[in-house]
Amino acid sequence: MLRYIGRRLLESIPVMFIIITGTFFMQRFVPGGPFTAEKAVTPEVERNLEAYYHLNDPLWKQYADYLWDLTPKRFHPLALAGGFDLKEAFGIDFRPSFKYPNRTVNEIIAEKLPVSLELGMLSLGVALAVGLPLGILAAVKRNSWIDYVCSSVAMTGICVPTFVLGPLLVLGFAIHLGWFNASGWYGPIDRVLPSVTLGSVYAAYIARLARGGFLEVLGQDYIRTARAKGAGETRVIFRHAMRGGLLPVVSFLGPAVAGILTGSFVIETIFQIPGLGREFVNSAFNRDYTLILGTVILYAGFIIALNLVVDVVQVWMNPKLKFE
Amino acid sequence: MTASHPSPEPAAPPPGEIEVGHSLWSGAWHRLRQNRLAVFGGATVGILAVLCAIGPIFAQSYEDQNLDLGASPPGAAHWLGTDTLGRDLFARLLYGGRISLMVGLVATFVALIIGVSYGAIAGYIGGKADAMMMRIVDILYALPFTIFVILLMVFFGRNIFLLFFAIGAVEWLTMARIVRGQVLSIKKMEFIEAARALGFGRRRIIFRHIIPNVLGPIIVYTTLTIPAVMLLEAFLSFLGLGVQPPMSSWGALIKDGADKMEEFWWLLVFPGGIFSLTLFSLNFLGDGLRDALDVRASKD
Repeated sequence: MLRYIGRRLLESIPVMFIIITGTFFMQRFVPGGPFTAEKAVTPEVERNLEAYYHLNDPLWKQYADYLWDLTPKRFHPLALAGGFDLKEAFGIDFRPSFKYPNRTVNEIIAEKLPVSLELGMLSLGVALAVGLPLGILAAVKRNSWIDYVCSSVAMTGICVPTFVLGPLLVLGFAIHLGWFNASGWYGPIDRVLPSVTLGSVYAAYIARLARGGFLEVLGQDYIRTARAKGAGETRVIFRHAMRGGLLPVVSFLGPAVAGILTGSFVIETIFQIPGLGREFVNSAFNRDYTLILGTVILYAGFIIALNLVVDVVQVWMNPKLKFE
Repeated sequence: MTASHPSPEPAAPPPGEIEVGHSLWSGAWHRLRQNRLAVFGGATVGILAVLCAIGPIFAQSYEDQNLDLGASPPGAAHWLGTDTLGRDLFARLLYGGRISLMVGLVATFVALIIGVSYGAIAGYIGGKADAMMMRIVDILYALPFTIFVILLMVFFGRNIFLLFFAIGAVEWLTMARIVRGQVLSIKKMEFIEAARALGFGRRRIIFRHIIPNVLGPIIVYTTLTIPAVMLLEAFLSFLGLGVQPPMSSWGALIKDGADKMEEFWWLLVFPGGIFSLTLFSLNFLGDGLRDALDVRASKD
């Protein structure tokens, strides 16, 4: 298993390299730059700006320098606990932002990432807490009205996108009923609507996958054996069928986490949450080169790492699979 | 009986035995009609498509402004109300639907072409080339593609043709996997061997003999890709990166409605409703087709 993880980590190096290179050159070869939107600056100011950001160097040198700054040079993951500073922990320097000249991208990430992580974890929690019971119930009561209700709820969750559901929830629960704030990210109560909105689609998918997984497992011989030996229905479901039934859900968690990360762009816009998703979209509009690269690299790293975790858990849960 | 033969042609009944044969397609059509949800989905999509195609001829122009009227609630003159510029929401929904459905179809078509060719070639060639090609798909699966679409749209201007291409380029991966899996199982069959024995070239075998036999899964996943594509377009339009004014799509209308919902609820509820209804219908139709064509949901 360790060999497998090592190989996957090695494989991720060229992938990250391609992502960094692609993003770096794509943003340089398109018209417009971070300073084009500003009011006309004097040539002197422009020269200073270009010197500050090393924009005068040949492109290959800028690229090489940037790659070197991104290369991890130390390994103190514990330092992350003290505020997500990637420079402190791994020696990764994302450089100063173009839009906020007196702040580094590292600082911006350290400030905004925890918000997005919290939102993502809560949403995933909502998705699992709603989706699993719904799916298992539907499978156990197959073809009864309970199944139809659960399956319809799941279909609704898939077909009502977050950017429709979010505003509708705000309209109903915040504006008309006044139970929540329409936007903001202050108290625990402000977490409710955003995480429910973001989690809903994934709850729906998880419910469908769990239903399918359990239906397949519950028809197997070993379940009949368990029943024949007198195991109660609860024990059959939670003890015998659980592992196999959850497999499709586990393999979906990789894409789900990626989706939650990108889905947070919209959610953070709707609810005006000061997270990294909104910062990413703004940075793209602003052509904030370093901030775009920093966030893209971070997201890509997250997604690659989480896919690896999901693959490992999958093999661990299903003895039929092997690390290859 | 040649039961293992997956060809769409009906198996010839043995001579002397009268048997009313059902081809794969007529059988599937029969099963599909029995599935009420799928029929409902298909009918809804059809009606919406026709409305969006011909409706704007009869409805008021989507650009006609009536600033004195402003935003008015649904009523007799304007069935679904008007927006803040006094434009008829129903007409705007039909126009927006044109764009949304067109993006759905064109981008899916792009995804279809890329995915089917890639998957079929990988599956047919097999061996190391196949392993390499599918490894690339695996890696692409793990990438934050939505992020790249956002970057593309920001950097290269919000061009609708780029939108088609960018979305299509993201959505082909699953199609490639499915087609490859099917091709792997078909290429070992005798009729392919026969085609090879007749001296047909690789290209002709792939496109004339193998792909027609994979049509079932392709149709099912095409139907399911359309809602996914429409969702991505609406997502981009909601962020202000998709279709640009004066053009409009359902995603852009939803965005507009979400900004003004505190006073004018109908601007959010109707676009959101019709968009969700369309997604519903397409998904039901796709699920129905999957059952009817008996495509197993293999994720390889």
